[in-house]
Amino acid sequence: MKLKSIYKTKTLELYASENSTTLNMPYFENGVSAGFPSPAEDHTQSKIDLNNLLIENPSATYYVRVNGDSMLGAGIVNGDLLIVDRSIEVTNNCIVVAHVDGEFTVKRIKKVKKKTFLQAENNNYKPIEITKEMDFELFGVVAHAIHHFV
Amino acid sequence: MIGLVDCNNFYASCERVFKPHLKKKPIIVLSNNDGCVIARSNEAKALGIKMGEPAFKIKKLIAKNKVSVFSTNFALYGDLSHRVMETLKTEFNRFEIYSIDEAFLDFSALTSIDRAIFVRNKIRQWTGIPVSIGIAPTKTLAKIANHIAKNYTKKGVFILNNETNIKRALSTFQVEDLWGIGKRSAYKLKKLGIKTALDFKNAETTCVKYNLSINGTHIQRELKGEQCYELKTHQSRKKSISTTRSFAKETKNYNLIKEAVSNFANNCAIKLRNEKSCCSKLTVFLMTNFYKTNIKQHHPKITLFFSTATNDSLEISSMAIKALNTIYKVNCAYKKAGVIVHQIKPEKEVQISLFNKIDRKKRNNLMQSVDKINIIMGRNKVRLASQGYEKNWELKKKQLSPCYTTQIKDILTIQI
Repeated sequence: MKLKSIYKTKTLELYASENSTTLNMPYFENGVSAGFPSPAEDHTQSKIDLNNLLIENPSATYYVRVNGDSMLGAGIVNGDLLIVDRSIEVTNNCIVVAHVDGEFTVKRIKKVKKKTFLQAENNNYKPIEITKEMDFELFGVVAHAIHHFV
Repeated sequence: MIGLVDCNNFYASCERVFKPHLKKKPIIVLSNNDGCVIARSNEAKALGIKMGEPAFKIKKLIAKNKVSVFSTNFALYGDLSHRVMETLKTEFNRFEIYSIDEAFLDFSALTSIDRAIFVRNKIRQWTGIPVSIGIAPTKTLAKIANHIAKNYTKKGVFILNNETNIKRALSTFQVEDLWGIGKRSAYKLKKLGIKTALDFKNAETTCVKYNLSINGTHIQRELKGEQCYELKTHQSRKKSISTTRSFAKETKNYNLIKEAVSNFANNCAIKLRNEKSCCSKLTVFLMTNFYKTNIKQHHPKITLFFSTATNDSLEISSMAIKALNTIYKVNCAYKKAGVIVHQIKPEKEVQISLFNKIDRKKRNNLMQSVDKINIIMGRNKVRLASQGYEKNWELKKKQLSPCYTTQIKDILTIQI
């Protein structure tokens, strides 16, 4: 910090402080004390961040809640929270959120020869073939499912 | 080369991301208080619905054509806008966010139709928002290129880069649609026989300067391909921050207005703290319903000063109420109120007045704690008593869509 004189009389002088520069002081994580320093100090690491782990592309990631049991086999259970990443390219066998004839659904993409199916992971549901007549749009690829136990 | 990326019918497109069945169907979005049309899908435009049209006037048209009507959902639009800008960030080092749905891009190194198409598709895939991209040597020309991209191309991208296609584009572009030309300027120009952008480009510089001042000559030079407006890649500190709202109904009730003003003031204080800024001036205004000629009109406004610049909710709110008390008249039915804070400077540069009575450090800690709690628990969970609880002044939002991307309770639920 520098001081700059801005006003001066016989008895007093006023200064303006110039704060554009900063002086970095050494920083001690544990504070300064007289005791023995923590032996773990040199080994501290940043905490585990689930965002980092689960979300590759925040601007392309959306959350979706599911109701129903058609994807039980894939480990998607009623009430789960899905993390959907729109930046992932859709490939065979990936699980997607799609919009079919006016409704959203979550299914696995299966390509068999030249046909494409939306396949459930539960024998009670039949695969749906995607045809040209259908109103079909992909929303995104399901990257993770979060299941709450408590 | 400068690119302008502009989201197509942005608010309507946001509503469609989570309601794909509205694809190719007419959609309109209404202003605050569900009053006027402020956004339309192409299909709604084709029905002849005009921008700014009061909703009650087109009730029949809406019912007959099954137009989907939405209240403004700024939480959703703001989040999707942010996503679009973040997606652009992955492709461009230098760009300027110009508005909620527009950004200028530095295309200098790689200008090609293919790259523009790639960017457009990427935004579409990542965010679900369709955009148009216009590329040209200057911002003013990029605006025109974008207009062409949006209205006359299938791919939604257009490059305006040589004399002949610039000339052709300008010859059909009306002068009042030019970026930076207002209604009054356009009126002046038309009187002089300057009707199209091409007329304007070829007009005498002295005549343009005489009629439109220096800004007019900048626009003219930009049309000639000379850059006058550069990309602003740093956001400058805001000059003023305001929160103004119309009430659900006109009201004479002092307590109701006081609660509203306290909320607006608190909102401004939060915005200041988010920017790490302080203000030293505050304006409060009230308005009666301008359109009702049979009621007593009163549009007062007052500005007060803080001896020490501040971003403290308590100080700003009590100052706002003090201001309100001096302008409020008992017999007037007010429709709108607003709080504006100005003379904004960085927190660090605040000089404490000689007559300061507040322990600023303590208050600062208090505000930080309040902000932290409210981030976790929800907006206004901890608030000033003067803000009230009921929010009876708040706007009607009957057709509000869920906040799909910002509220966990509102996320898309799918039956599988």
